[in-house]
Amino acid sequence: MTFLSISNAVKTFGSNTVVKGFDLAVDKGEFVSFLGPSGCGKTTVLRMIAGFERPTSGRIMIDGRDVTDIAPNKRRIGMVFQAYALFPNMNVAGNIGFGLKIAGMGRAEIDARVQEMLDLIGLSHLAERFPYEMSGGQQQRVALARALAPKPQVLLLDEPLSALDAKIRVSLRSEIREIQRRLGITTVFVTHDQEEAMSISDRIVVMNGGRADQIGTPSEIYNRPTTRFVANFVGTLNTFDVTVVDPGRGHVSLEDQALMLHASPLSAKAGETLSIALRPEALRLGRCDTHEATLPARIEDVHFMGSIIRLRVMMAGVSVSLDTFNRPDMPTPLPGSMIEVSLSGKQAIVLRG
Amino acid sequence: MKKRFPLVAILTALFAASFFIVPLIATFYFSLKMVRGELGFAAYASVFGSAAFLQTISYSTVASLIAIVIGAVIIVPTAYWVRLKVPHLRPVVEFISLLPLIVPPVVLVFGYIRLFGSSSWLPLTTTATGTDILLVIGYVVLSMPYMFRAVDNGMAAIDIATLTEAAESLGASRLRTIALVIFPNVRAAIISGAFLTFSISLGEFVLASLLNRPAFGPYLVQLGQDRAYEPAALAIMAFGFTWACMALMQLFATRKPGQRWLPRLTKPAAQRTTP
Repeated sequence: MTFLSISNAVKTFGSNTVVKGFDLAVDKGEFVSFLGPSGCGKTTVLRMIAGFERPTSGRIMIDGRDVTDIAPNKRRIGMVFQAYALFPNMNVAGNIGFGLKIAGMGRAEIDARVQEMLDLIGLSHLAERFPYEMSGGQQQRVALARALAPKPQVLLLDEPLSALDAKIRVSLRSEIREIQRRLGITTVFVTHDQEEAMSISDRIVVMNGGRADQIGTPSEIYNRPTTRFVANFVGTLNTFDVTVVDPGRGHVSLEDQALMLHASPLSAKAGETLSIALRPEALRLGRCDTHEATLPARIEDVHFMGSIIRLRVMMAGVSVSLDTFNRPDMPTPLPGSMIEVSLSGKQAIVLRG
Repeated sequence: MKKRFPLVAILTALFAASFFIVPLIATFYFSLKMVRGELGFAAYASVFGSAAFLQTISYSTVASLIAIVIGAVIIVPTAYWVRLKVPHLRPVVEFISLLPLIVPPVVLVFGYIRLFGSSSWLPLTTTATGTDILLVIGYVVLSMPYMFRAVDNGMAAIDIATLTEAAESLGASRLRTIALVIFPNVRAAIISGAFLTFSISLGEFVLASLLNRPAFGPYLVQLGQDRAYEPAALAIMAFGFTWACMALMQLFATRKPGQRWLPRLTKPAAQRTTP
C-alpha cells in the first residue's frame, strides 16, 4: 500500500525548471533510492518531501495526509545530511535527544530513548562526546540516530555517505540498511553512486533532467534498462549498431554474425539499423558454445582490478570493455594481441530513446 | 643544518614594539610620581577615591551593557536572516553596517539632536532618560561594524542553512532553532562583539559630550585638563582594561563546546581515542 506519494511534482527556480512532472509511489517500509548525475533534480525532490522546497505544482502525500503546504517541522520526517549537520554545541546525547526535547517529552523518557538509539548505532560509550571529537563515520551514525529518535514517518537520506572514505562508506551503508529493515521505516535515499544505490535499495529511481527515467528494482535497472540514458548511466555499457534481419523473431546481424535478441518483436523493420548494448561481463574472452557469435578483436588496454581484469578491445569497429576473471594460472592478456570475443543476443539490451 | 639566530627580525620587532612600549612605560612611570620624591600608586588611589570616577564609570558600564544587549538582539537575527534567506544582499547589509566608520559621530549626534530635539514629534533630548536612550542608540550604531562583523564571521564558521534544516526536520520552529541551535553556536562571536562594543563605548567622548551625559569619556577629558598624574593613571588602567577585554575575547572565541575553562590538574583516567 502506498505510504508516500509524489504526484506530478514540478519545481521551478526562476526560469529554470529543475523537476518536470515527477511521479512516485513508495510503499510502507520500502527503501527507495534516487540515482542520477549532478543537477538531475534528485536532491530537489528529496527537499520537496522534507518541506524545504515547495513544489511549483503537484502534491505530496504521506500516510494519506497531503503535506504539500505543511511546514518541515510539522511533517514528522527524519533527515540525514551529507555534511552530518550535528549541532556543535551539543554532545551526542544532546543531539539525539534534540527532537524529543522539542516534542516536549519528559527527561526520563528522553534519556531512555537516547539510550535505545545509542544502542542501535553501537555508540553507547560516546554519549558525552561532542561532534568535533568524533570521526566522520561516528558523526553520521549519530545523525542517523538523531533523525530516527522522534520516530519519524519517513526517513530521508541526502547523500549521507558521500563525505566518508570508501571503507566506512561500505560498512555504514550496510548498517543503514539493517537498521532500516529492523525499524521498517519508509526511506528515501539520494545518491549519485550507482553501486551504493544497487546494494541497498528495494527500488531505484534513475533521474535525468528533472524526470524519472526508470523506476525499478536494482536488477531491472541494471539488466533491463529502458532508456539509453539509464543503460549508459548505470554500469559500463558497450553499444553496437546491428542490422535487423527478422524483427518478429528478434533476429539481427552484427558483422555477418547472427544474433537472437531477448526482446522480440523488434520495433525496427528488416534492414534497418538498431542499437544494442552489452555489459562488459556479457562478453566472453575466446570461443564459447553458449554464445552464438564470435568476433575477432585487438586488445588496446589492460586494467588489472584484482579479482577481475578489464580489457579495452577494438571489435566490430567499436572500442568496448570486457571483463574476465583473474586466473593466476593463466597469462595476463597483453595490449596489442589479437583475441576472439563471444557474445550472445540473449544478454543484449535493445536501446530506445 | 643549524638554524641561524633571527637577529634582524628580533631587532625589527623590538624597534616596532618600542613605539608602543616606550610611551606606555613613560606614562606608567609618570603616573607613579604623584608624591614628590617617591614612586607609588597615589594617583591610582586618587582616581578610585573620586566619586565622579565611580559615578561616570558606572554610568558608562550600564549604558555599554544595554547597548550590547540591544546590538545583539538586532544584529544576530539580521545576520542570520541575511545569510539564510537573502545571501545576495549581504554586501549591502555589510556596507550599511560599516557606515558608522564613514559617518563621523559628530554628524550622528547632531542628526539625533535635530531629529529628537525640543521641536521634534519625539523630543527625547528634553529629558535625561530620553537623552540616555539616545546615547545608548548611538553606542549601538557605533558598535555595529564590530558586532555585525563578529557575528557574521561566527555564522560563516558554521553551516547555518543545514543546521537550520536539521533542527526543522526534528520539529523545531524557526524561533526555537535560533534560540537552541544558532545562538549557542555563535555565542563566542557575540561575546567577541560584546567586548569590542564595551571597550569602544566605555571611553566614547563625542556622543556623551554633545548629549551632555555624565559618561566616562567626558570625565577622562575633563580630568586631563584639570590634573596631571591621574590622567596618566587612567590611561594605564584603560590600556589594561582593553587588553583584558581582548584576552577574554580570545578565550571565548577559541573555547570549544564542553571544553574545560582550566586544564585538568590530574591526569584523566582514560585517553580518548577516535576510531
